[in-house]
Amino acid sequence: MRLLLLAALSITLMTLDQRTDYVRNIRSGIAVLVYPIQYLVSLPADFFDWTADAFASRETLQVNNDELQRENQALRSQLQKLTFIEAENRHLRELLQSSKRVGEKVLIAELLAVDLDPFSKVVVINKGDRDDLLYRGQPIVDARGVMGKLIHVNPYSSTAMLITDPNHAMPVQVLRNGLRAVAVGHGQDGLLEIPNLPNNADIKVGDLLVTSGLGCVFPAGYPAARVTEVTTNPALPFARIRAEPIAWLDRSREVLLVWPAVSDLPQMANPCKFEVEEVP
Amino acid sequence: MSLTQHHGGWVITLSFLLALALSIVPLPGLMEMLRPEWVTLVLIYWCMALPNRVSVGIGWLLGLVLDVLRDTLIGQYALALALVAFLTLHLHQRIRVFPLWQQALSIFVLTMLQNLIVLWIKGLTGHSPDFWSILPSAFTTMLVWPLIYLLLRQVRRAYHVV
Repeated sequence: MRLLLLAALSITLMTLDQRTDYVRNIRSGIAVLVYPIQYLVSLPADFFDWTADAFASRETLQVNNDELQRENQALRSQLQKLTFIEAENRHLRELLQSSKRVGEKVLIAELLAVDLDPFSKVVVINKGDRDDLLYRGQPIVDARGVMGKLIHVNPYSSTAMLITDPNHAMPVQVLRNGLRAVAVGHGQDGLLEIPNLPNNADIKVGDLLVTSGLGCVFPAGYPAARVTEVTTNPALPFARIRAEPIAWLDRSREVLLVWPAVSDLPQMANPCKFEVEEVP
Repeated sequence: MSLTQHHGGWVITLSFLLALALSIVPLPGLMEMLRPEWVTLVLIYWCMALPNRVSVGIGWLLGLVLDVLRDTLIGQYALALALVAFLTLHLHQRIRVFPLWQQALSIFVLTMLQNLIVLWIKGLTGHSPDFWSILPSAFTTMLVWPLIYLLLRQVRRAYHVV
C-alpha cells in the first residue's frame, strides 16, 4: 500500500520535473543538504592539486613561469592587433547597420571532482545562485572552447550538461565557410556527431566548428569541435560526420560561466534578448 | 512504540551517508561503468537485518537524495529504491537463511531491477542508454555483496544496532 503511494508520488515528481519547473525548490533544498557530501568527496582531489602546487620544485615553477611569460607576450601582441580589428569591425558593422557585438561577462568557477549519473555527462561546479545571478541554460566554456550549459542552479552549486551528453545538441557552423549544422553528443568522451548533413556537404576532416549563436543559448563564435571523420556512403541519405570537442571536457578544473551579451538589431529587437532576460 | 529499545540509529545513518559518498567518488573513464551500487547494497542489508526499522519510506527518501546527488530526474532512483526496499522487506526471511553466494544472486536480480527501472525512465524521458551498459554495475554489486554483508554485520554487532 505504502509502496503504491510512494510510486505514485515518484511518478508525479518525475512528470513535474520533466515538464515543469515546480520541483526546482525541492531539488535546491536537497542539493544544499548533499553539497557537503559532494564537497567532501572532491576534497582529496583538491588536496592533491594543492600539494602539487605547494611542493613543486623551484625549477618547475621557473620553467612554468618562463612558459607563461612567453605565452603572455604572444597573446599581448595578438591583442594589440585585436583591439584594432575590433574597432574596425564595429565601424563596419555600424556602416552596415547590423547589430553591435558587445563584450560578454564571465565568471570563473571550479569543477567539483565527483562522478554523477553514469549514463549521462554532467558535472558539478562550485558556484550557485548565492554567488551570482546564474541561470538555467547558461553556457560554460574553458580556456579552449565550449564545454556545456547549466541545467540546474542550486544555492551553493550548479550542475552542467556537457556537450558530449547524449541529450545535448548545439547549433554550430563550419568556420571555413559558414555551413550550419547541429553537433549532437554521443554519450562517449570526446565524440560528437553531426547528423543530417547531405553527402555533398562541404565539410572536411580538420574543419573547425564554432558556435553559430542560433538557438540563443551559446553566444556565437566560440570554438566547439574539430571534425575528425567524414564518411560518405551513397547508399545512405546523410554523411556520417564525427567531431571531437575542442574544450578539455575531462581535464579542465576551472571553467568560465558566460553571460551572453545581446543587443538590439537596428530594425527589430534581438530575438535572443527575451530569452536571456526572462529567467531570473 | 515497539517493545524493544532502538539503538544505534546513527550507525545506520552514517552507513547510508558513506554509501552516498562512495557512489559519487570519481572513477577514471570506463571504470565508472563498474561502480557497484553502494546505496542499494547498504539499503538491502539494513532491510534484511532490521526490517522493523528500515522501511520502504526510508528507501524512497534515500533514492530522492541520490537523485539530487546524481542530478537525475527527481523520483527516478526514489521509485527504484523504494521497490528494492519493498521486495527485500517481503523476502527478508528467505534471503537471510540463504548461503552468501545465493544472497549475492538475489542482490544481482534486485540491482538489475533497479537499473532496469532507471533505464526505462531514461528511455521515456530522453536518450536511452545501451541495455548492456547496466549489466557491469549489477555484476560488481553482486561481487561486493559478501564483503558488505560481513562488514556491516560486524559493525551491527559491535555497536549493538537493534
